Amino acid sequence: MSLLSVDDLTLKLDGKVLVSNLSLALEAGARLGLIGESGSGKSLTAMAVTGLLPGNIRPSGSIVLGGQQVIGAPESTLNRLRGTRVAVVFQEPLTALDPLMRVGRQVAEPLRRRALRDGNPLSGTQVQAAVLALLHDVALPDPERILGAYPHELSGGQRQRVAIAMALACRPDLLIADEPTTALDVTTQADILALLDRLVRDRGMALLFISHDLPVVARIAQEVVVLRQGEAVERGPVHAVFTHPAHDYTKGLVSAAHAFDSALGGRP
Amino acid sequence: MSTLTPSLPRRSRTSFTLWAGLALVGLHVAIALLTLVWTPYDPTAMAGGRLEAPSWLHWAGTDRLGRDFFTQIMIGSRIALVVGIGAVAIGGVIGVTLGLLAAFASTWLDDALAATLDILIAFPTLLIAMLVVAMSDTASLFTAVLALGIALSAIVARLTRILAKRVLLMDFITAARTSGTSWFGIVIQHILPNIWPTLSVNFALQFGLAVIAEASLSYLGLGAPPPNASWGRLLQEAQGTVYTAPIGAIAPGIALVLLVIGVNLLADGLRDRIDPTRRAR
Repeated sequence: MSLLSVDDLTLKLDGKVLVSNLSLALEAGARLGLIGESGSGKSLTAMAVTGLLPGNIRPSGSIVLGGQQVIGAPESTLNRLRGTRVAVVFQEPLTALDPLMRVGRQVAEPLRRRALRDGNPLSGTQVQAAVLALLHDVALPDPERILGAYPHELSGGQRQRVAIAMALACRPDLLIADEPTTALDVTTQADILALLDRLVRDRGMALLFISHDLPVVARIAQEVVVLRQGEAVERGPVHAVFTHPAHDYTKGLVSAAHAFDSALGGRP
Repeated sequence: MSTLTPSLPRRSRTSFTLWAGLALVGLHVAIALLTLVWTPYDPTAMAGGRLEAPSWLHWAGTDRLGRDFFTQIMIGSRIALVVGIGAVAIGGVIGVTLGLLAAFASTWLDDALAATLDILIAFPTLLIAMLVVAMSDTASLFTAVLALGIALSAIVARLTRILAKRVLLMDFITAARTSGTSWFGIVIQHILPNIWPTLSVNFALQFGLAVIAEASLSYLGLGAPPPNASWGRLLQEAQGTVYTAPIGAIAPGIALVLLVIGVNLLADGLRDRIDPTRRAR
């Protein structure tokens, strides 16, 4: 059975269809890219998977995550699913961390909760050690110092690493990365992608990678689904979709990316 | 941002605010504590002639019954602190709870709460406090504090609601939700710490308001009854003799102003200390 299977998902806001009849499946350890422009419904799909849709958006269809139906499930069930089965890394590392909480505590919080849910609560020193190990794992320099730092004392890339550490602290089966590199500069982007790639492989997590950026998705995903105005217009292995796009929309995206690349490459 | 501001002037200004506030509030607290064990004269006994001018024996003179006026003002310090802390505590607990409820509530409940609060705020604090006092049988220090706390809670609730709603929209709340934090955990770990810097400054303003409102209540005879010499009652008693012995009105006024300024400076200074993003580096 798949870790995540979305069947016929439709999201409506006051009768307006935002996502229509979307189906996708993700096996344990697999990596799926969800591509589309702004407003194509990528992030909403991710929110629907975690059961955190805004109250005025009505979902229909089926989302089964780790054997649990998400749509229509009570809040207590969903809350147990979050931070155990699934964790999310967001786009904007500036605002995804609580500005008034030290980094160490922010990472410790989900870590402690996961341990508690597993039935083996950790002592203070155990938590401290595990947080340090996580900060080490996401390749933050000088983890001991960063442990006591506030988010505003870190760079954007460092904050995104902290956000990834917070997601890892949940030890999820599925990691959703919602445009995790969009707000970062190009070199930092490459570092973060390499980091995600390594962590997902090491820990055997499944990855749902959401982006509008084709080259970025090509580097990290195996399969892609191309979304346009809430509809899946094309899907398949990354390489096949990018080298032989079938749908006009995908063709447009691919040639735009090529044009951009050659424009950059053509500069002296 | 903060890296662009020169850090030295900011740091010293913060320190000055904090220390000046601490000194003024500390002085009042020290005097209030002192009156529990010692006062220069017996506050209820005649200590000299009537309406004596300030002298080395009676620093603020004597009142129309010949009691030492400085002693009365010292005791007034204690009452003002009890009133301020009590009213802010009561108003804070009721207000923050209501405000958080409104922020989390469904749209119609939120609208209903917000409208109710707006109507309550439209009434002057003092008027609401007078109503509450009037509804209880006897005027006592406790009813005055309770009345002021209830009157202040509407303002606190409205502020809390707005602040909490703003924090709720932040990405880190969504991030906390996706990692499985319960609503209760969100309130305790994220919302309260993030609204606290602004709330605490507001509490200082409310403290000042409460002390002044209690003085007004006492002035109207609705505050703490004798022998609780609150500053408002001292002002009321000084009314008849304000031309012959102006010290009776000036001295409690100065004490009141110093306490209110002190609390505001202290809250400002503390806010800069609590909020790490405002803290000078």
